[in-house]
Amino acid sequence: MSDATKTPGLTRRGLLQGAGAAAGVAAGSGAITGFPAIHAADPVTLRYLGTAVNQSGDIARKVKEDLGITIEYIPVVTDEVSKRVVTQPNSFDIVDSEYFSLKKLMPSGNLMGMDARRIKNADKITPVFTKGEVAGKTIGDQGTAPKKVFYLEGQNSTKFAASPTEWITLIPTTYNADTLGIRPDLIKRPITSWKELLNPEFKGKASILNIPSIGIMDAAMVVEATGDYTYPDKGNMTKAEIDRTMKVLIDAKRAGQFRAFWQDFNESVNLMASGETVIQSMWSPAVTKVRSQGIACTYQPLKEGYRAWATGFGLPKTLSGRKLDATYDFINWFLSGWAGAYLNRQGYYSAVLETAKENMAPYEWAFWMEGKPAEQDIKGPDGTVLEKAGAVRDGGSFEQRMGAVACWNSVMDENTYMVRKWNEFIAA
Amino acid sequence: MSTTSEPALTSLPEVAAPAVPAAGLRTAERRQRRLAYLQVGPLALVFLVFFVVPLVLTLVVSFWEYNEYEIIPSFTLQNYADVFEGCLSGGDLCTTFRTYLSTLKFCLLGWAFTLVIGFTVAYFVAFHVRSSTMQTVLFLICTIPFWTSNVIRMIAWMPLLGRNGLVNDGLMSLGLIRTPIEGLLYSDFSVVLAFVHLNTVFMIVPIFNSMMRIDRSLIEAATDAGATPWQTLWNVIVPLAKPGIAIGSIFVLTLIMGDFVTVGVMGGQQIASVGKVIQVQMAYLQFPAAAANAVVLLGAVLLVIVALTRLIDLRREL
Repeated sequence: MSDATKTPGLTRRGLLQGAGAAAGVAAGSGAITGFPAIHAADPVTLRYLGTAVNQSGDIARKVKEDLGITIEYIPVVTDEVSKRVVTQPNSFDIVDSEYFSLKKLMPSGNLMGMDARRIKNADKITPVFTKGEVAGKTIGDQGTAPKKVFYLEGQNSTKFAASPTEWITLIPTTYNADTLGIRPDLIKRPITSWKELLNPEFKGKASILNIPSIGIMDAAMVVEATGDYTYPDKGNMTKAEIDRTMKVLIDAKRAGQFRAFWQDFNESVNLMASGETVIQSMWSPAVTKVRSQGIACTYQPLKEGYRAWATGFGLPKTLSGRKLDATYDFINWFLSGWAGAYLNRQGYYSAVLETAKENMAPYEWAFWMEGKPAEQDIKGPDGTVLEKAGAVRDGGSFEQRMGAVACWNSVMDENTYMVRKWNEFIAA
Repeated sequence: MSTTSEPALTSLPEVAAPAVPAAGLRTAERRQRRLAYLQVGPLALVFLVFFVVPLVLTLVVSFWEYNEYEIIPSFTLQNYADVFEGCLSGGDLCTTFRTYLSTLKFCLLGWAFTLVIGFTVAYFVAFHVRSSTMQTVLFLICTIPFWTSNVIRMIAWMPLLGRNGLVNDGLMSLGLIRTPIEGLLYSDFSVVLAFVHLNTVFMIVPIFNSMMRIDRSLIEAATDAGATPWQTLWNVIVPLAKPGIAIGSIFVLTLIMGDFVTVGVMGGQQIASVGKVIQVQMAYLQFPAAAANAVVLLGAVLLVIVALTRLIDLRREL
């Protein structure tokens, strides 16, 4: 009875799927023209494997309208996406996967390199992915930074290319910078560093994720913030570094620092909203959800920087013919602005910023991307008010937030060892 | 009556072994046998496909090597070595033993509470409620919690037990405590509470079933022979309800041993469980490691069940 209850879809992006499933939006969605093929005459269906957020009903409807392509969503949790790609590569036509999974996915040989020449806006994809830069400034690349796994040596290669090629692994859909969420009303003092997560002042009121690969990086941010140790690469620790980090976590756990660990989006919202925790690692839309309940919650920028993540579209190797053409059309449509604006309005960032900008109202762009105070109420895609006029986005502009990225979600070489140590930590 | 009932019970006549036909079966008998095989065929097939095959696969995979993205079919004992890493070195308890010890603790506590509560409820409904309509009604009431999913039943405890929950608020406004009791939620207490809440029904049903089969004249006889109500309970009803107790115990123990959702949700993910270890490994595509853990868990559960069936010969009692 117990193992059937792991509710699928309650991931970080689960919330916004619900939001997206509601009303139509399209504030300022201009007609999109210039697509080579309209598939309405002979309908194509694409099976879209991914986590819930980008799988909004609105996007599927809009695609059907513009391209005549039917999108059939296969919503699963992040881990399940990788599992499917590796074990059932014929069960989908397009996959929306995390970049950090690529280290597992590409060697399986089940995904193909995407032809950059067929992606109309390929050269406009933000340099966060192509060069690891924001506004000309290099950002942190510890962990599985997308630029490390963005290009392949050849279409059917399983090796990542060190310099740009015409074969792209994943075309970015969404990405964001994660940090700690805090309850300013209960903490009552400024929080500026990751080390506060393990500050005994918050004994019994802190929480981290029970997802080993992410949780250990948050812990590493804490270790670095305390000045104990500086990792050459937090996203790829040696066994000794894993031991060191886990010891810090185990000591904190035994001292009763943590109220609970959380695993899905709603757990993190409940912990924070009920006041069980006052400081915890968190995802951006979860903070928004706590705030929408009228409870003060800040997505606190910290001086050590953010831990970032990114997802993107990949194509299974077996794809060919009209389905393959349809996936390219769909991806081109996705980058052409409407979808980008839709995602930006949820607090994520989209791959091609300039096309998204064309599809957003100037005040929306100013709030979400430029970190300026909202000129009027900021609404989510479903029309609910997310922020009142005058509010400023936590962490500020795109350049401030993505520019301060310290590391990326990753898969370590010592992953097996790390998972074993994590289980030890949970049992401690 | 009082002390002699146990041996009397165990010396029930053994089921006579089927007579072995002397010189080959007659056609009719043979046909009947074939028919019997045909009748068990479908179930056997279902078991084979959905139980035996996956189990064998799990066992096989647990001896395979793996890396980030593939399972390599070559024999290794590494997965088992990893499961028991540090267990023989002495000193601090290794992860696996610690996890099993914690699981065992929940098993014992959960089992003890569900048994006492389940037996009491079943006894009341079976012996103190006279009309059979009322019995059916009360019995159905016991199943009401099953109208919602077990996750919801767990989550329902949270507003009650939380730091700012109803219980803490109530106690504080009564002036009984000054600061909230933190240990109500995300603790061993809340985990056991949820287990008892979720699993008591699995104890009630089989015990109730056994009790309903008890010949009422036996109880009358006990009373006539001068037994006190307690003596009747202990020497007549408990022994005769043993099969129900055993079945209920197997239900509860196996459910708790394999559980990771309740421990996760009510323990705030801070308490280890074998199921959780397996789940994490599956999530990271470490199937052989997960399989090895599953095999060890299966072994542990089997041991518990063997121990239980040692105490009670289920097949005979049914």
